[in-house]
Amino acid sequence: MILHELMSYELLRLIWWGLLGVLLIGFALTDGFDMGVGALLPFVAKTDTERRIAINTVGPVWEGNQVWFILGGGAIFAAWPPLYAVSFSGFYLAMFVILAAFIVRPVAFKYRSKRDDARWRSTWDWALFAGGFVPALLFGVAVGNVMQGVPFYLTDDLYPIYEGAWYAKFFGLLDPFSLLTGVVSLSMLVMHGAAWLTLKAEGPVQQRARAYGSRAALVAVAGYVLAGLWLAVGIDAYAIVGDYVTDGPSNPLHFEVAKGGSWLAAYAVRPWIAIAPLMGIAGALLTFIGLRSTREISTLLFSKMAILGMISSVGLTMFPFILPSSTNPGSSLTVWNSSSSHLTLFVMLGATVIFMPVILMYTAWVYKVLWGKVTEADVSENSHSVY
Amino acid sequence: MEFGIVELSRLQFAVTVMYHFLFVPLTLGLSILVAIMETVYVMTNRPIWRQMTKFWGMLFGINFVLGVATGITMEFQFGMNWSYYSHYVGDIFGAPLAIEGLMAFFLEATFVGLFFFGWDKLSKVAHLIVAWLVAIGSNFSALWILIANGWMQNPVGAEFNPMTMRMEMTSFFEVLFNEVAQAKFVHTVSAGYVTASVFVLGVSAWYMLKGRHIELARRSITVAAAFGLASAFSVVLLGDESGYSATHSQKMKLAAIEAMWETEPAPAPFNLIGFPDQEARETHYAIKIPWAMGLIGTRSLTTEIPGINELVEQAETRIRSGMTAYDALVTIRAEREATDPAVMATFEEHSADLGFAYLLKRYVDDPRDASEDQIIAAANDTIPTVWPLFWAFRIMVGLGFGFIATMGYFFYMASFKGMQFPRPALHLAVWMIPAPWIAAELGWFVAEFGRQPWTVDGVLPTAMSVSHLSMTEVALTLAGFVVFYTVLFVVEMGLMLKYIRKGPFQDVEETDAWVKRHNDRLAGRKNADAIAMPAE
Ligand code: HDD
Ligand code: HEM
Ligand code: HEM
Repeated sequence: MILHELMSYELLRLIWWGLLGVLLIGFALTDGFDMGVGALLPFVAKTDTERRIAINTVGPVWEGNQVWFILGGGAIFAAWPPLYAVSFSGFYLAMFVILAAFIVRPVAFKYRSKRDDARWRSTWDWALFAGGFVPALLFGVAVGNVMQGVPFYLTDDLYPIYEGAWYAKFFGLLDPFSLLTGVVSLSMLVMHGAAWLTLKAEGPVQQRARAYGSRAALVAVAGYVLAGLWLAVGIDAYAIVGDYVTDGPSNPLHFEVAKGGSWLAAYAVRPWIAIAPLMGIAGALLTFIGLRSTREISTLLFSKMAILGMISSVGLTMFPFILPSSTNPGSSLTVWNSSSSHLTLFVMLGATVIFMPVILMYTAWVYKVLWGKVTEADVSENSHSVY
Repeated sequence: MEFGIVELSRLQFAVTVMYHFLFVPLTLGLSILVAIMETVYVMTNRPIWRQMTKFWGMLFGINFVLGVATGITMEFQFGMNWSYYSHYVGDIFGAPLAIEGLMAFFLEATFVGLFFFGWDKLSKVAHLIVAWLVAIGSNFSALWILIANGWMQNPVGAEFNPMTMRMEMTSFFEVLFNEVAQAKFVHTVSAGYVTASVFVLGVSAWYMLKGRHIELARRSITVAAAFGLASAFSVVLLGDESGYSATHSQKMKLAAIEAMWETEPAPAPFNLIGFPDQEARETHYAIKIPWAMGLIGTRSLTTEIPGINELVEQAETRIRSGMTAYDALVTIRAEREATDPAVMATFEEHSADLGFAYLLKRYVDDPRDASEDQIIAAANDTIPTVWPLFWAFRIMVGLGFGFIATMGYFFYMASFKGMQFPRPALHLAVWMIPAPWIAAELGWFVAEFGRQPWTVDGVLPTAMSVSHLSMTEVALTLAGFVVFYTVLFVVEMGLMLKYIRKGPFQDVEETDAWVKRHNDRLAGRKNADAIAMPAE
């Protein structure tokens, strides 16, 4: 096949770096409100009917939303195999905790209403809460760790070795900066979940969602700004030094990397990227205002804008780094040294170009069919059924 | 063999994937059966078929969600537990996995919600289309995952790149149209169809025995028996296809399944039963069917099938060749673009055997330092443990013929004998329910255990694939998965049994009224026995 030579390796790597961002953001925009609703569940919904309303706002769609997470894993595997290998084995126990959340959550959604028993239902409510709260927090913690660099190196065989005893590997993730980024992502997704609930629910559930969501929006903005200041003064950045090529073989050991300086220097080199953090902050503030008024559709859009801005600001700031190594910077993974081959990137791009528009189309259709509020009447009318 | 991180990780993978495959086959088959039932409903407009769709659809949903929950683990487990594997073959293996998400998971997961929530929101035809999209999505997912798995059994369309220290794709089409993947796909989905048919048949037979929900049960039996008979034929014929493709690609696996130690003159006999003895390298008390193996494996009377001993000798030669490749590789890694072309040429010549040199890594850090004894030991390591393969295969095949017989019988009774099933036959159908699961798990065991000591046949040994983790970490997660899965499995079985006992509970009035009208109509016709009519 010569066809793939039509697009340069460098361009394909850039595109796939962008698509990685698209997937993460797609995940946060869709499954993000499911997680937010889960984390809000015990607070916004007190009675069984209220809980069923809250749950049924996401009941028909969480399953498709969750595929963004699965696709994220698959796409990292296919397009950035070293990233897949290093990060998931390195964050081993944290990954397990996230998986555990993603295992109980689907079951909770489907099984909760299948028995008319208070204890049964409250157990699954807790599972839904944990299934939303825990991953929403841990994804942010992971971002904090990635920005600071993680302790791994690659052997001559490119075998990844993550340093430290198992408990240190796990609890070491929870440093103050990463906890802060964890709080940002949690509050961001809670805000998003609240925006969704105000759109899809009425009455007390909607009222409480407004209250909690607007507080979460403020926490998100404050945390985000604080993390930005912290980056400016307290955290070392990484930079590729010496000569390098952007279309060479994917081998991190062919690159030399130095630690030092500030990530925020990127804003001097590429000033246009400032649009991302501005969108993030403005979006969250507008969501705050929106949650206190009655413009539900535009509030959800503002919340999406906040997520888009905040997540993309991380990638744009770190470019071209994807996963720096703190103990052995020469093993760091960047856009130029940790992709899959030219051919594979091309084939995968083809598959994405074909399927992504189709997916977006039918997903939009499904949301349209399900458009409208979930009301108390809906829930009680269906109380003899099992969904 | 000492029990280390490799063995523990293998155990973890086997446990999680075998749990996953408890739910997968029923999803594959039941999604189709439900879509067929809904098709009949839309065509005939008879409420009973909608009730059937909803009833079996409910059981489908209870099962489906655990397929999802256990599948999520699988997607991430390669990176978590098999990081060198992920690095080494991700360039090829990751692609079908990602396409599976794009093409299959999105489809089924998006529409499955609508299947349950959409009865009142969609027109009849639109809902039917949704049901079929769920079924198609599930079956596509099997296609892509089996292309990935088929590549591990028969790694075509890829070559080793010394600059990146990994396998890279050379032809996507070869990966896609890998004969092993194709054979596996049809065999595995047929196995799923058999599973669902046996399940529907068994549950319906139980209703017949209890004298409940007769109308639903006999129509369900008609569908299940017809679909099940076709699938049972296909699983056996296409299982033969799997064996045939293994003859080209995985000679050692085939020889081990057959416990064939020596190369037999063509056409080789088939060991129907016997007691393989790994130490002595022979099979005691073998009952042989002359010619059968040669015919099945090669479809010819003259092609020889190599025995285990001959394959070990070939492995030894390839290990030595692989050592030469490894030596050249070390130079290439140091010199990069400046490598002497002669070294490059040596590498190219031997690189296909590089994986065999890795077999030595169990014994020495640098394969070039291996002693003669170590080379021989590594060559012997290429033999999987024979007796479990031998027996697992025979049980699977035996069950396969059993399904043909059972489905054939029920199909005959349903179509030509007016549904008058004797009670022992109904009891048999109930007791059969677990059998397809046993066959399917054993099938995976044969395919995966038979591939040992390789994760990617001839390319990457299992011992090298594993992540750098402590025993504690893997043991913790293994315990975690087992606890989670077991609890969820018990809950699932509880719900399944609850809803099976409860029987159909939706659209009851409408359906009963229709059944009564329908039976009156039939009774009004001369000589018409309601039960004797073919199912509507
Ligand atoms: C896409 C790849 C893939 C797929 C679809 C499967 N497996 Fe597999 N299997 C592997 C990839 C793999 C592996 C990563 O290659 C393992 C892990 C360690 C090893 O040697 O092979 C493995 C090991 C492994 C083992 C342990 C073998 C041993 O330790 O000797 C069993 C019993 C199974 N698998 C069973 C299954 C079942 C029941 C599957 C059905 C879903 C299945 N495999 C699908
Ligand atoms: C070991 C490799 C495997 C991986 C990584 C894997 C991955 C997954 C994932 C992530 C899901 C959840 C999908 C969702 O949320 O919608 C899933 C479910 C499923 N998988 Fe697997 N799977 C594996 C093995 C298999 C095999 C061998 C088959 C079929 C022959 C199969 C067929 C299915 C089906 C039918 C489901 C049902 C639920 C669903 O797709 O949503 N899987 N798998
Ligand atoms: C006469 C009957 C059968 C024959 C000849 C047969 C043959 C085979 C062979 C040779 C393999 C190994 C393929 C490999 O090494 O990669 C296999 C695997 C498998 N078998 Fe069967 N089989 C039969 C019946 C069944 C039945 C009844 C079921 C389940 C209901 C089943 C389920 C499976 C599964 C799930 C696998 C693993 C996937 C695969 O490798 O295709 N088989 N079978």
